Amino acid sequence: MAEPMQVEVVSADQVVWSGESTNIIAKTVEGDIGILAGHSPVLAVLVPSAVEIVTPDGVREIVAVDGGFMSVAQGRVSILSEYARMAGEISLSAAERELAEAQARLDAGEDDDETRQHFVRASAQVKAAQKAG
Amino acid sequence: MPASLRELRQRKTTVSTTKKITRAMELIAASRIIKAQHRAQSAAPYARELTRAVSAVATFSNVDHPLTTEKPNPSRAAVLLITSDRGLAGAYSSSVIKEGEQLTQLLHSEGKEVRPYLAGRKAAAFYGFRRRDVAAAWDGFSDSPSYANAREIADALIEAFLTPTEEGGVDEIHVVYTRFVSMLTQKPEIIRLLPLEVVEGEEAPDDEELLPLYEFEPDAETVLDELLPLYVASRIQYCLLQSAASELASRQKAMKSATDNAQTLIERLTREANQARQAEITQEISEIVGGASALAEATAQND
Repeated sequence: MAEPMQVEVVSADQVVWSGESTNIIAKTVEGDIGILAGHSPVLAVLVPSAVEIVTPDGVREIVAVDGGFMSVAQGRVSILSEYARMAGEISLSAAERELAEAQARLDAGEDDDETRQHFVRASAQVKAAQKAG
Repeated sequence: MPASLRELRQRKTTVSTTKKITRAMELIAASRIIKAQHRAQSAAPYARELTRAVSAVATFSNVDHPLTTEKPNPSRAAVLLITSDRGLAGAYSSSVIKEGEQLTQLLHSEGKEVRPYLAGRKAAAFYGFRRRDVAAAWDGFSDSPSYANAREIADALIEAFLTPTEEGGVDEIHVVYTRFVSMLTQKPEIIRLLPLEVVEGEEAPDDEELLPLYEFEPDAETVLDELLPLYVASRIQYCLLQSAASELASRQKAMKSATDNAQTLIERLTREANQARQAEITQEISEIVGGASALAEATAQND
């Protein structure tokens, strides 16, 4: 088996997670993509979703991303997303509350970019928290 | 002695109260600088990865993106000034504003109209006092900017840049910020933000480590579309963080010299007060002595 990949999850103001991984599952605009060690170089645009990172000892780390992108090259994977967060740090109830709030604002006709972005971010966090839980 | 003892003592108390305040502000600024530097460091990995990705896309595709294309005959330019919200930071805000004024003059002489975008209350006050038109202004985050602030500014600037010139859009965007060189030196600097100049392979790759041949998902153009606004936001965040660190450093410096000045003033006032006290005592003694001798003379005559 090939060497595990070096993974870095970076948000705009900090490194959210870094470590080794054997398997990464992410959702790109084209659909789900699975990255194993030795994958050919890829630069993919992500959609707001939960990214799964499996470490060599079989632990599943889940990260909520709000878009951004992933680059894979030479055994290094970096996932960049402006507001990436580890699922373990998200409180499910708080995320659900935010989701409901954003949904209510959308329903009320506040259909601007900011509200929509808020909505997708909240729904990605809810998904990630559910997966982790 | 020009001033009375009481007056001198009062002035000394006032100066020492001021000194306490400036000393406290100096210590606060010093502790915040460390935090600001730390924030600038933790934002570095994101900027580094983003730059790598952007240069990778730029190298492997010859896509002409609107954000990287120079417009022919630019006629309108936006200038973003990054200043502080609060004063007492020495010449920090005024040197940025001065640099901005020079840039504005230069752009005017090239026949371009200038649209000011302001960050920080000081710049807004400067423009407001002169009743100049401002395209947009942001404040409230100058000493601890978050990424959301940078994104907000970036969104406004990109939107202005993508609007056609005839409809009030701008053709180029300049940023005036203060670079944090060291604790002692902060330099106001101008960068051209848009159109972007993507430096291809900023660090020349080693022979063994050529840039990998990326596959783009879904395609190079979409990836670039997605990346460039993030890149712009990250550049603005860099400027904001540098400016925040510079602001705190120049505040610390200004407050340190204010404290030193207050100390000198206190020493001088103490000396003056001591002199006044001594003069008062001398006068009292000479009055007593004078009185006593007058009394003695009077008694001698009576005898």
